[in-house]
Amino acid sequence: MLRLNKLTKIYKTGDKALNAVDLEVPKGQVLALIGPSGAGKSTLIRCINRLVEPTSGAVVLGDVDLTRLGSRRLRRERRRMGMIFQEYALVERLTVMENVLSGRLGYVGLFRSVFRQFPQKDVDEAFRLLDRVGLAHMADKRADELSGGQRQRIGICRALIQNPALLLVDEPTASLDPKTSRQIMRLITELCLERELAAIVNIHDVALAQMFVQRIVGLERGGIVFDGPPSDLTEDVLTRIYGEEDWSETIQKLDVEEDAA
Amino acid sequence: MVVSTKNGLKVWQRRDRKYQLISWAVLLIGTAIFVWCWQEISRSTTWAFFWDAPRIAADIGSRAMPPRWEYIFTLWEPLWDTLNIATLGTILALMMAVPVAFAAARNTTPSAYFIRPVALLIIVSTRSINSLIWALLLVKIIGPGVMAGLIAIAIRSIGFCAKLLYEAIEEIDEKQVEAIEATGAGRWQIMVYGILPQIMPALAGISVFRWDINLRESTVLGLVGAGGIGLQLQGSLNTLAWPQVSLILLVILAAVLVSEWVSAKVRGAII
Repeated sequence: MLRLNKLTKIYKTGDKALNAVDLEVPKGQVLALIGPSGAGKSTLIRCINRLVEPTSGAVVLGDVDLTRLGSRRLRRERRRMGMIFQEYALVERLTVMENVLSGRLGYVGLFRSVFRQFPQKDVDEAFRLLDRVGLAHMADKRADELSGGQRQRIGICRALIQNPALLLVDEPTASLDPKTSRQIMRLITELCLERELAAIVNIHDVALAQMFVQRIVGLERGGIVFDGPPSDLTEDVLTRIYGEEDWSETIQKLDVEEDAA
Repeated sequence: MVVSTKNGLKVWQRRDRKYQLISWAVLLIGTAIFVWCWQEISRSTTWAFFWDAPRIAADIGSRAMPPRWEYIFTLWEPLWDTLNIATLGTILALMMAVPVAFAAARNTTPSAYFIRPVALLIIVSTRSINSLIWALLLVKIIGPGVMAGLIAIAIRSIGFCAKLLYEAIEEIDEKQVEAIEATGAGRWQIMVYGILPQIMPALAGISVFRWDINLRESTVLGLVGAGGIGLQLQGSLNTLAWPQVSLILLVILAAVLVSEWVSAKVRGAII
């Protein structure tokens, strides 16, 4: 469904953020991308929808090579990729409803969007999604009145109302407390299952990733150093990804949590 | 050095010796210049007039009292003109300042090498010339009257509004813009959904602030024939009609107080 082919990104400063990354994500698979800060996780995600222009290589979504598209075609293809951000990136001074409906901007003309005349079926879908994440009563609140967890739920609604085939999720839980983090991760994986969405989830919290996804990819200095199921994530592998450290705790903690669950 | 060792103790001073000497020298030179200026000014002052000033002021003051209250009926119209100059001038300025601000802000300019310098030039050039001087010029070009004042106020305000606005645009949270971009929104949609909501409070604050300033400025524009209450002021001054002058000053004071109150109210409502 999504295929990255020798994807490379070199920043103007000369930093090689991605080094010929090959990756294939089939339909409906949720994949966690782990790796130390600066490994290129954010760059990888942003190169897929070209918020960051890749230097070379191909990003093939379905059968379209995104790297070759002009701006109009790119905008059309972006509608198929929903994005969820670390600090939620909601437009703070707009209402919850406006934020959710902004996910439809790629489908709605300029005039209608300026005057907030979204088609009724979009509004229906927005209410359905808000209801699904349990925030239907908040539709009229301004985004900056919400708590972190609530904002991230709105961010999820905004991504899903695009009716995407793929979710790009950039550190969804980094600004949230442990409990909310789990709820958000659970919500994302559940929704992906319901809608058969593929997702790439950047995540710092290894234990959290192991808990919720079927496949983990380890990125280190712009290259893939691990690709496998969570159960293959041993101390050796973590050392390869993050460097020398006592990893026994991280993995043990996960076992305990799984037993409890 | 700022940190030095004396008798085995680490001594800390705010400045090292060199900067201490320099700062004393600068203070000395500054004092010398001040004293010299003082002498120059007192030498070129005609002291007879200066010592006479309180008597003259008291004389004018006694003639100006009481104000000629019935003159207020001729003032309503110029006062209305003044209000129009300030309000319409501000609106006109904003219509031009918003595109200039978007062209000048680093993160929204269509071209950093061609369009941005032009926008910055517009900002600097309109800002650097006082509205009284713009009015002097415009009275010559389009003739005396309200229109000249209105355009003078508008031109002078472009730079002010555009500068504050483009600074606000440069300070927006790029993440929110990125998020809108990622949905597949077009350039103008990104503007309306990602940028505009973020600069709305700044835009509202700037317009009210500038309107407040423009009301004060437009009261004097009449002095050069650009319409409004200043025209009456000039006429009264020229004919030594002091009771009228005092009434006009009172009216201007009242107008400024009202504008102050209105803008405080509006700003409070927005933020």
